[in-house]
Amino acid sequence: MFWRASVRRHPEFRDGVRASAPIAPGIAAWGLMTGVAMVNAGMSTVEAAAMTLLVYAGSSQLAAIPLLVAGAPMWVIWATGFCVNLRFVVFSLHLRDYLIHMPRWRRLVNGFLTADMSYALFTARHPLPADDAEGRVAQEAYLAGNYAITWVAWIMPSLLGVALGNLVPSQWGLGFAGVLCLLGVMCSLANTPLRILAAVVAGAAAVAAYALPFKLNVVAAIAIAVLAAFWLESRGGARTRERAA
Amino acid sequence: MSDVPGGTDLWTMAVILGLAGVTVLSRCFFFILERPWSLPDWARRALQYAPVAALAGVVLPEVVMTQGQLVATWQDARLFATAAGVAIFFWRRSVLMTLVAGMAVYLPLHLGLGW
Repeated sequence: MFWRASVRRHPEFRDGVRASAPIAPGIAAWGLMTGVAMVNAGMSTVEAAAMTLLVYAGSSQLAAIPLLVAGAPMWVIWATGFCVNLRFVVFSLHLRDYLIHMPRWRRLVNGFLTADMSYALFTARHPLPADDAEGRVAQEAYLAGNYAITWVAWIMPSLLGVALGNLVPSQWGLGFAGVLCLLGVMCSLANTPLRILAAVVAGAAAVAAYALPFKLNVVAAIAIAVLAAFWLESRGGARTRERAA
Repeated sequence: MSDVPGGTDLWTMAVILGLAGVTVLSRCFFFILERPWSLPDWARRALQYAPVAALAGVVLPEVVMTQGQLVATWQDARLFATAAGVAIFFWRRSVLMTLVAGMAVYLPLHLGLGW
């Protein structure tokens, strides 16, 4: 945690900061647009600022905006946010061995602040968890350096975007930038044939089922696409096993 | 969201608090408890398709639908911006470039031609 002097003064903290610095401009641009998109969609300044500070997860925030506007039920918004965030569940499995020695609140703070980029940089630099106290302190300091930069580069421009969003008429359609950010993240995740298929199936299903109440079309789309891709994957696996046998 | 423009309502704040909980739950999922446990293998394999499906399910209706109807015209700035964004992504592999290129197509068409 970067507000602790013992963490911040560690030389590894500075290395973590240095590793994260090159990605800061990209995160800042995305944060700015997310801030503008929230206010342009009709959220109040207080709501948008609270979302920036408390949710701290760009893609789930942007996915929640159209659902909030449509007045979808709370559980649908939360469930969609959780599905968008499922990649973090996989990251947490990996990070467990690095953090489990800490007290729980400290694990939760470290986990909350570790988003995609910090996870990627941290695990690239430290492929294995440390097995002595000194190594653990160094790893926490490096991770804190990573997410300190990410946090500042996200929060500040995002709040600026919330402030500026009020000055920009919504007819300009700057909120569409939020959709484009999600599109970019979606493309970056569609990196295997079956994942591309999952995206195509989910998109088509969400449009076809649009008339469902409560934005359930998104939930239905996720379910159909996951089942379709998983079924095809299992069939492919069975065929490979047959061939091997 | 509040019916009054710029107003803050409790329902939205509750949604936001819940989403904050969702962030903590997902980022800390496997180290909230100290007891060791892990997902069954089939769940882990199925899980990898959910994020891309969730994003596509949210994004596509935002691009091709207007007030619950499929767009009937090709003169819609969103279609061209999305096509440009996807093309740029697979060329440059950058979310930032996707955003910049998409908006560079979207804004002139939307503001200039009213599409």
